[in-house]
Amino acid sequence: MKYLLLKHYRGAPEPPDWVPMDQWTPGEFDAHVKFMNDFAARLEGTGEFVDGQALAPDGAWVRYDGEGRPPVTDGPFAETKDLIAGWMVIDVDSWDRAVQLAGELSAAPGAGGKPIREWLEVRPFLAAPATVTE
Amino acid sequence: MNDPLLRELVPAVTGVLVRRGADFASAEDAVQEALIRALETWPGDPPRDPKAWLVAVAWRRFLDAARAEASRRGRELAVDAEPAPGPVPAADDTLRLYFLCAHPVLPPSSAVALTLRAVGGLTTRQIAAAYLVPEATMAQRISRAKRRIAGLPLSQPGDLATVLRVLYLVFNEGYSGDVDLAAEAIRLTRQLAVLTSEPEAAGLLALMLLHHARRASRTGPGGRLVPLAAQDRSRWDTVLIAEGVTVLQAALARDRLGEYQAQAAIAALHADARSAAETDWVQITEWYDELLRLTGGSPVVRLNRAVAAGEAGGPQAGLAALDGVDPALPRCTAVTAYLRERAGDLEQAAGLYAAAARSAASAAERDHLTREAARVRQLLR
Repeated sequence: MKYLLLKHYRGAPEPPDWVPMDQWTPGEFDAHVKFMNDFAARLEGTGEFVDGQALAPDGAWVRYDGEGRPPVTDGPFAETKDLIAGWMVIDVDSWDRAVQLAGELSAAPGAGGKPIREWLEVRPFLAAPATVTE
Repeated sequence: MNDPLLRELVPAVTGVLVRRGADFASAEDAVQEALIRALETWPGDPPRDPKAWLVAVAWRRFLDAARAEASRRGRELAVDAEPAPGPVPAADDTLRLYFLCAHPVLPPSSAVALTLRAVGGLTTRQIAAAYLVPEATMAQRISRAKRRIAGLPLSQPGDLATVLRVLYLVFNEGYSGDVDLAAEAIRLTRQLAVLTSEPEAAGLLALMLLHHARRASRTGPGGRLVPLAAQDRSRWDTVLIAEGVTVLQAALARDRLGEYQAQAAIAALHADARSAAETDWVQITEWYDELLRLTGGSPVVRLNRAVAAGEAGGPQAGLAALDGVDPALPRCTAVTAYLRERAGDLEQAAGLYAAAARSAASAAERDHLTREAARVRQLLR
């Protein structure tokens, strides 16, 4: 079963004792990046890693505005509540395993080397219908 | 026989098929199939004459496909089974393939994919893996590109500038997966520089060699970016640097300066400095002036020139050189942050580094800039 672990720039509940990244020390920042790399490498090792991508904070809402007209964009996301920072897709055997891994990822070290405890959103993929249903 | 040697034969083999009367799109498909076959069978059973083997297998594939198509349409097959090769030398075919695959009607991503397949001899699977897209997507991109240029004769001279642009894009993609695109771009540019006497082709080759020479020192543990000034210069590849400088000098001696030669000259000046402190920033600034003239005042060049001017004449000179550069230009905030820090304005520099991180175009750059913000904030404590 595939799950999406979503990381938010904004829109997730504020974690306890949050310190913005640019206020960590360079050493703390390096430890954080290393943890993230090691985490992905470990899931590749267990055969559970599918994909991981990061998104830029800039973007726009876009919608169709009728035949022959250019699409409407509302510019940068400034006013919106939710801002996705990136994701990891994992392929695991159970919801419990997905939650366990998200919990481990949320323990990435931050200021003072303590776990950042950021909220991650875990969403199951809708799968293809099973061949045998009864 | 290793892969690059096999791949070198690909454009010549396609040229043979086209001269025998095959259209480019079908010839290229047939050669791709022969190539995949070669990759499967040659390790256990290498042919005596690899090129003849590829021509024979590709031609058979082409005939099979043409017959299948003819019978599908209920028509007679008009292609001669074994015509004699024409008088055109193979080198010309290869050069014309470069032009065709980078034809200005093709969008850059298609030109890149087609060049890598038809000139570079990479398989669709390898190209897809290198660009992190599904193989079916890459196959579609390539066949759409071929439809777009169908009917254009292979004999037409093309636009060298678009060819160089395509190779430059491939080089900048670096490497992911099992294909080293930077090395492949160098191989293709090296081959091109032999086929054409245009000094800009040599200029681009020199630029690639000089940048490639620094590759090992450009990233630290965990893929961390290491800026030029902090790179361990003992890890620079002196053989590549020597080759790059030689190629560049020969190009400059032709006295037809272009953007790639000027960029290579700047890279050569960096390569020439034993330490960051020994860099000849005055001369580098002059080369940026030259580049500004060649590009008609490119904003990106103006931004890079400001960095050089800041090193040559101090941070205030750099900040003055930034005057008139659009702050929304990628990396402009990062450059401003750097110059502000050197000017002693740490508070503002930290904020600018953090802002630059938010607008970074790559994760490695974002991480580097966030770390710079953290470093400067620590100096403030």
